Amino acid sequence: MNIPADLLYTKDHEWIRVEGDRCHIGISDFAQSHLGDIVFVELPELGVEVDQGQAIGVIESVKAAATMFCPVGGTIVAVNEELEESPELLNEDCYANWVAVVELSDKADLDVLMDPAAYTEYCRQAEAEG
Amino acid sequence: MSLKQTPLYPMHLKYNGKLIDFGGWELPVQYEGMGIIKEHNMVRESAGLFDVSHMGEVFIEGEKAEEAVQNLVCNDVKPMRDGQVLYSPMCYPDGGVVDDLLIYRCSPRKYLLVINAANADKDFEWITQHLAEGIKAENVSDQYAQLALQGPKAQEILQPLCDTDLDAIRFFWFKPAVKVAGVECLVSRTGYTGEDGFEIYINPADAGLVWEKILESGGDRVTPIGLGARDSLRFEAKLPLYGQEIDKDITPLEAGLGVFVKLEGDDFIGKDALVKQKQAIPTRKLVEFSMLGKGIPRSHYQVCKDGQAIGHVTSGMHSPTFKRPLGLALVKTEYSAPGTEFDIIIRDKAIPAQVESGAFYRKKTKSK
Repeated sequence: MNIPADLLYTKDHEWIRVEGDRCHIGISDFAQSHLGDIVFVELPELGVEVDQGQAIGVIESVKAAATMFCPVGGTIVAVNEELEESPELLNEDCYANWVAVVELSDKADLDVLMDPAAYTEYCRQAEAEG
Repeated sequence: MSLKQTPLYPMHLKYNGKLIDFGGWELPVQYEGMGIIKEHNMVRESAGLFDVSHMGEVFIEGEKAEEAVQNLVCNDVKPMRDGQVLYSPMCYPDGGVVDDLLIYRCSPRKYLLVINAANADKDFEWITQHLAEGIKAENVSDQYAQLALQGPKAQEILQPLCDTDLDAIRFFWFKPAVKVAGVECLVSRTGYTGEDGFEIYINPADAGLVWEKILESGGDRVTPIGLGARDSLRFEAKLPLYGQEIDKDITPLEAGLGVFVKLEGDDFIGKDALVKQKQAIPTRKLVEFSMLGKGIPRSHYQVCKDGQAIGHVTSGMHSPTFKRPLGLALVKTEYSAPGTEFDIIIRDKAIPAQVESGAFYRKKTKSK
């Protein structure tokens, strides 16, 4: 399982890269490998304000549809339109291929996210529970 | 509750299957390093090996076994000969479907019924409740492992392992005692993928050996295939899945399986209801559709026309072969003509779709 050290993670297996107020978000290696072949991405709506944990998009594999939740509250200021044409990019490299950029409204939202060590342990447990 | 494991369970571990709970069975949805799309394409282009040991098997034996089987199923078993296989729905008195099954005629006094895993207990109870005096039903599900080798290269892979000329087994026929890798198996030319191929019934103790020999014989022409691709393959070939296209409240006529319902022949359970439905013209019909808007249809999504519910999606997915979303839906008959537009409700949004005809996979099975 690839869990980059410079990111934070959610319990729903999203990642966030914090660079000032602008945060790239995406889905983790755990998420993409459990979904399997990704064939459709419904991107977040550009410009909308979202709360932490709000459903903002959908990632669908051959087998299943999974909701993507926003790791932090803020405004969606960019979306990765390339994923509409090539959703399989999320399988190929889920960290290079971000889903959206959120302008963070409250830094306190970051406190509830997991650091790489905590997330590694979280994935290990999730894996053990099947 | 602990999950049941098939005799091939050690093989799923060996080949790194991603195991899931499938109706109480611990089975691989896909294999590491492959995935549903690769596995799907492998079966369409070359060959794939499936563990389908979870399927149920029931022998029906007795002097009047033919009449007993006929009473249970909609298709006509009379013309069957020894060594022949027949597909049929099995119905309730109201025409709803108990299950769909394969009927193997060993002799006029002995039939093998192959039933869906999730329905096996329910089916066996139903069957035993509806057998005439002197007919015996035996649930032998635990005595058989079942492999399916499917794809255009299935025969060339299996033949070198067999003591029997596989050309002699035509589509929907079987031989009861074919030696495969030295192990006696029942082999039929049947499957659930839309491709040519074989289903192999085998003593559980020998299943792992035969599995390995087939993979060895096939080399890079064959890989193990999980349940994910089994579903996408059957879906593209429009082969019905119990609980989706057919169910206790969907009749075979509504599901487009009229060709397997012989209303002119002998009586069977559900016949009166199906005769009535056929005369009245079914009010619902199963249709193919494609999406005009963006989204992937999934089982049980609602189908609407001008905001009114007109049916539901029975199966839908991104088709690996056609590389676009396709679906099957059970809709009111007046909206079933090809070209008709309706909406699929995907996460509370109405996404336009269109009834298609011939959009699905043309089966490559060898009919004659």
